[in-house]
Amino acid sequence: MNTESSPLFLHVENLQKSFGGVQALKGLSFKVSPGIIKAIIGPNGAGKTTLFNVITGVFPPNGGAIALNGMSIEGCKAREIARLGVSRTFQNVEVFGRMTVLENVMVGRHIQSRAGIISTGLRLVGMRREERQIRESAMQHLAFVGLENRATELAANLPLGEQKLLEVARALATDPKILLLDEPAGGLNTRETEGLAALIHRILEQGITVVLVEHDMNLVMDISDEIMVMNFGEKIAEGKPKQIKNDPLVIEAYLGEEVDYSDL
Amino acid sequence: MQSSNRKALLGLTLFLILFPVVAMNVSAIGHYLDIMIFVGIYCLINMGLSLLMGYAGQISLGHAAFFGLGAYTSGILCTKFSMSPWLAMVAGVGITALVAYIVGVPSLKLKGHYLAMATLGFGVIVHIFFNEEVSLTGGPSGFSDIPGLSILGFSLNSDLSYYILVWFLVLLTLIFSLNVIHSRIGRALRSLHDSELAADAMGVETSRYKVMIFVLSAVYASVAGSLYTHYVGFLSPSSFDFFLSIKLVMMVVVGGMHNIWGALLGTWLLTFLGNEWLHVFHDFDILVYGAILLAVVMFLPDGLVHLVPRMSRVWKRG
Amino acid sequence: MTKITLTGQLIQYLFTGVTVGSIYAMVAVGFNIIYNVTEIINFAQGEFVMLGGLIMVFFTVTAKLPLPLAFVLTVAAVTGVGALMERFTINPLKNASVLTMIIVTIAVSILFKGIAMFVWGKDPYIFPPFSGSKPLFFYGAAIQTQTLWVLFMTAVMVVLMTIFFKKTRYGKAMLACADNPEAARLVGIRVNVMILISFALSAAIGAVAGAVITPISLMEYDRGALLALKGFGAAVLGGLGSFYGAVVAGIFLGIIESMCAGLVSSGYKDAVALILLLLVLYVRPSGLFGNVEASKIKEF
Repeated sequence: MNTESSPLFLHVENLQKSFGGVQALKGLSFKVSPGIIKAIIGPNGAGKTTLFNVITGVFPPNGGAIALNGMSIEGCKAREIARLGVSRTFQNVEVFGRMTVLENVMVGRHIQSRAGIISTGLRLVGMRREERQIRESAMQHLAFVGLENRATELAANLPLGEQKLLEVARALATDPKILLLDEPAGGLNTRETEGLAALIHRILEQGITVVLVEHDMNLVMDISDEIMVMNFGEKIAEGKPKQIKNDPLVIEAYLGEEVDYSDL
Repeated sequence: MQSSNRKALLGLTLFLILFPVVAMNVSAIGHYLDIMIFVGIYCLINMGLSLLMGYAGQISLGHAAFFGLGAYTSGILCTKFSMSPWLAMVAGVGITALVAYIVGVPSLKLKGHYLAMATLGFGVIVHIFFNEEVSLTGGPSGFSDIPGLSILGFSLNSDLSYYILVWFLVLLTLIFSLNVIHSRIGRALRSLHDSELAADAMGVETSRYKVMIFVLSAVYASVAGSLYTHYVGFLSPSSFDFFLSIKLVMMVVVGGMHNIWGALLGTWLLTFLGNEWLHVFHDFDILVYGAILLAVVMFLPDGLVHLVPRMSRVWKRG
Repeated sequence: MTKITLTGQLIQYLFTGVTVGSIYAMVAVGFNIIYNVTEIINFAQGEFVMLGGLIMVFFTVTAKLPLPLAFVLTVAAVTGVGALMERFTINPLKNASVLTMIIVTIAVSILFKGIAMFVWGKDPYIFPPFSGSKPLFFYGAAIQTQTLWVLFMTAVMVVLMTIFFKKTRYGKAMLACADNPEAARLVGIRVNVMILISFALSAAIGAVAGAVITPISLMEYDRGALLALKGFGAAVLGGLGSFYGAVVAGIFLGIIESMCAGLVSSGYKDAVALILLLLVLYVRPSGLFGNVEASKIKEF
């Protein structure tokens, strides 16, 4: 399937996942149309990260279907899903700590390159050309998130905010059609969060659909086209930010957290 | 190739050229040439082990088995079937790669302690095989009269010629390995070491690369085994026992496993210690080995090679 | 001279197997105790058995102490060795990677082996069986009385361990560390102390195993590695972390090995246990007797 030109629709139907008797996802259904920013919110333990993990093939689901443009992908391995054009970042940052920032992003180019062990070991001409392209493209992605002057540092030495940006650059380097961001604003200060909002808009302008799990309500209400609200592994609401703000079920789910809606 | 690697490679080559000149003219260290041949043979194995352990993060406590498979295949094919040594070496590589693949696919699904024990168990099984298949391997007493190597009719029976052959192959393997390290494959290996979860999400075929590097490291060990056979001309299972597997890991760790140069440094140091400088300790060398390994892991976890940049900085300042 | 019958032979193999298997079982239990508290596999576990045997030789043969006293001193000495190992090598390395922990325990095992060779040399040693060397005859099989001691000690170990982990405060606290070290720390359990106890305890079990088996199988400095490997085989076969699984699997492994040695080929007897280990690891790493869920939620 050629993902280069066609936009990618993500359909999730009746998705179920349980861990040793605990149901983390109880028959979840939703869809993501191309070219939008969709936020998934919900209290802690609602199953948001599990949802990302099941979509990207970290765990197989116990039931239900996930489809990209009608092709079912549930149970596919993580690496296969990456090749189909879905990339992601992680809630608990998973940068490659002992590699440089640039090398991290170069790993993102892995699926867009093909040199095998013989041609790399002997540094054949084709491999060198490919290696140059990998490096240039990785630099461009670093510049896109604003980390170009950090290229030679070890990823483990970056502050958390920059590690999160590095994960975005690394994910973008795979040339995804859909980008899943798991709490990109977690641990960021206000200024960094504003930068992130701008970055997400620029990602959208590249024709990449963005799905994000996020706790920062200001950010979510500000940038999302659609919001889905989850609680206890189920969808309790879905719609435009305005509709979500006034949904009684959502207010109830968040009651314990005393969200201040005045500044939404 | 990075300029630091190029410099180090140049330095190593110069050292290798000068070494025999000095060794052959100073009678006290005349036999160092012989030891350097063993250093080279072990360096071949340990470069693979460094790629596997230091870069891909997968432990093997059974690499003596691959070394032994290469050695025995060469020895048996040359003496019992009168095959050409070079052809036998290639056959050894083929057999070892096949065995490594068959063992590697299920083993590398395991992690940490399980992988360590599985490879250890495999190594012991192969060692028992060498001991018990008397008709093929000569059993515990082994067999001798294995012919030497020759190139285009020129027989490599002097220490100097064998030294040149072994270290030429070491240099080629080193360059090959450095090229792999600084490529998409090397980055894939290091990425799965740091976070298999993220590597998978980036589309890296983590299990495929683990097996690939396991097989490559077995191939290095097999070539080393063939070179060993033709140099010593004699084989017995005790040269490929479980303690050798541990010693190989020890060399890599002491030198510094996150750096292929560390593997070379550790191999050089521990081989000279074992073959030459530890004779003072007679049989009690394992006591010293244990102490060195423990001290390095506890106080210098990145290995001795980690001291080199520090020392050169002090040197430049001084 | 009694006529050797096939039944007699089989019974002989069976007893040999159960005896050796009991030792594997004790090594496996030692692995499990440390694993349950720390998730470390201690590669020096076999060295505790070796030290137990050789120190027992020292106290009985060299120092000529009475057997019960020698036994107590041996267990105490090896327990001390285990505790020292934890204090000086495991404790300082907090948050080390699995790879580092593997290499550290390997380094310690080499060190112990080296020390044993330094003290005792390379020869195997023996001391007289606990209750004389006159065998018992049983359906045409000659059974050494020491065999009964091995079985007795294994049974005592099982009972003592069960009481310790089920009834005592320390035992329960250790199980809590195994389940969730953070939570254990929060409720005031000193995890550091528990780790220390786990090493001491598993060294003690190793010492007992070494002390009872030496009159039958002799003991030399380099026995540890293979014992550790087979003990690990038993631990995995029984489901890593499972206490009864380890005992059953250890004895099972011993019997298979002994039957193979007697009926098929003695040269390959060591390989049998290892091939079994590999097969279990490849096919069912949760062990034959453990189930997959249980292997995730660690339990005795």
